[in-house]
Amino acid sequence: MLRYFTKRLIFLIPVLLGVSIVIFAIVHLAPGDPAEVMLGPSATQEDIGKLREQLGLTKPLYVQYWIFLTNALKGDLGRSIKSNAPVLEEILERFPATLTLASLGMLFAITVGLPLGVLAALKQNTWVDALCSFFALVGFSIPNFWVGLMLMLLLSITIPILPSSGFDSWKNLIMPTIVLGIQTMAVIARMTRSSMLEVIRQDYVRTARAKGISDRLVLTRHILTNVMIPVVTIAGIYFGHSLGGVVITETIFSIPGLGRLIVDAIRAQDYPVVQGGVLFFALCVGIVNLLVDLLYAVLDPRIKAQYRSAK
Amino acid sequence: MTMSEKTVPASSGSGGALREKRRSPWWEVWRRLRRNKAAVAGMTVVILLLFVAVFAPLIAPYDPNQTNIKIRLQPPSAEHLMGTDNFGRDMFSRVIYGSRISLYVGFIAVGIGAVFGGILGAVGGYYGGRLDNFIMRCMDVLLAIPQIILAIAIVGALGTSLLNLMIAVGISQLPRYARVVRASTLTVRGQEFVEAAKAIGASDTRIILENILPNCMAPIIVQSTLGVAQAILAAATLSFLGLGIQPPTAEWGSMLSSGRQFLRNAPYLTFFPGVAISIVVLALNIFGDGLRDSLDPKLRQ
Repeated sequence: MLRYFTKRLIFLIPVLLGVSIVIFAIVHLAPGDPAEVMLGPSATQEDIGKLREQLGLTKPLYVQYWIFLTNALKGDLGRSIKSNAPVLEEILERFPATLTLASLGMLFAITVGLPLGVLAALKQNTWVDALCSFFALVGFSIPNFWVGLMLMLLLSITIPILPSSGFDSWKNLIMPTIVLGIQTMAVIARMTRSSMLEVIRQDYVRTARAKGISDRLVLTRHILTNVMIPVVTIAGIYFGHSLGGVVITETIFSIPGLGRLIVDAIRAQDYPVVQGGVLFFALCVGIVNLLVDLLYAVLDPRIKAQYRSAK
Repeated sequence: MTMSEKTVPASSGSGGALREKRRSPWWEVWRRLRRNKAAVAGMTVVILLLFVAVFAPLIAPYDPNQTNIKIRLQPPSAEHLMGTDNFGRDMFSRVIYGSRISLYVGFIAVGIGAVFGGILGAVGGYYGGRLDNFIMRCMDVLLAIPQIILAIAIVGALGTSLLNLMIAVGISQLPRYARVVRASTLTVRGQEFVEAAKAIGASDTRIILENILPNCMAPIIVQSTLGVAQAILAAATLSFLGLGIQPPTAEWGSMLSSGRQFLRNAPYLTFFPGVAISIVVLALNIFGDGLRDSLDPKLRQ
């Protein structure tokens, strides 16, 4: 198990290396010159040239990349052009808010999506199923930024019970959680439903019923444990996806998180922050995927056995 | 994937007598699709929206960019069905015109993603080995960055324009098409008709284009339909963040973004464009789901 984990952790390295190349290339395709951006329009050509020299922008691209990479490995992602603070410091300062949001969004998605899918499958082909399935499809289709604005309209303006911005109390978290979780919720509901319908028809479920086990026990012990495996896969994939959603959520509700940091940095052409931020996001996605893989083993003894024999 | 066996006699031209009795597989798909009420409803809405987009100048009562400060921020009325914005522009006309950009961006972005992703997937799946490995690892790299953040970074680098928006959304969708096409290529690659084509000396390019890709069409079509929905959402999101279509162009995402500051006094400015996006995306998703069921009845439960 541990060996498998280490192996997967090592596989993460080439992916992150690739991400660093991609994001470095994207950022350096940008037409704007960082030195010009830093000094403003009144700067002389000479000053700009000096700063370019200082920032290492006159060196060939591959040298610049190599410097970026070796520094990044030492935990130095450079300094923000805008605030001159170390990029890693800025990221770590913003990360707790984003992590809180992402986790709450996931929690919301599971606690609503899972029962919705189970209910739809148990009442297959009835109006309950149709309603649940339609609700899931709508949740998957409406733009989450619009959901955010409509929630704000309803709960901050029409009936003012929740604050529309800030990040100080639990009240600030309710609307962003829904906005961030709604798509994942819909995906989980759909996945749960189809996975349920498959499992319900399995022989071992019929056997369990035939033995006279109560419906409730059959559902919790025999059906749900097997339903969980594909659901966890999807939830894992969408967790990475919803990490991207924080860009929207944080912008709408003025939450000082990682998503806003990146959007602001792109607008300000603050390229070290963009580079570092995207790299950090990719690291998070990689770690989440790894954790999901480990979760399989916990959920499915067959997979655990495979890991053991792989030793 | 189930299409493969059926398309063989039709595309290789053998069994002429059989062809009379057996209708084309696409006809079969259409028959199944027609029976799915939800899918038909979704398709109808999509076709309707295409009409709205094409005939926007005939449907819209006003010029979408005609400003008139005297009638700014008017609530919905008989004259202005969805009210007017802060420049006195008719919101209904702007929403109608907005369908053009959204559908345009959605289809072109998916075109970019599907063509390039499809080529990568087909080449990787067909040749296998190191090349395949390299291509798929590159796709893993792209998948490691959340789609919307990748798109934002690309638009940020290229600058905000319609074309760059489509490129950014297209690239961020590329890995899904590569994976889908690769998976189907792998199932088709070993079949007899590919071997036969090789035996008569067809070039690899020809085999990929004429034998492999036509047999992977089913999953590509499904993925593309759902992809257009997601591309429209992504494009609207980028425009909402100010990184996509720039005002004053009538685009739903950027309309939502500029209507946002009037949320308190003129909520209809954010309400209607959002409804429009939701309807398009919902219709495409329902249609895509139905299409998947009718293309591959085995998946249907």
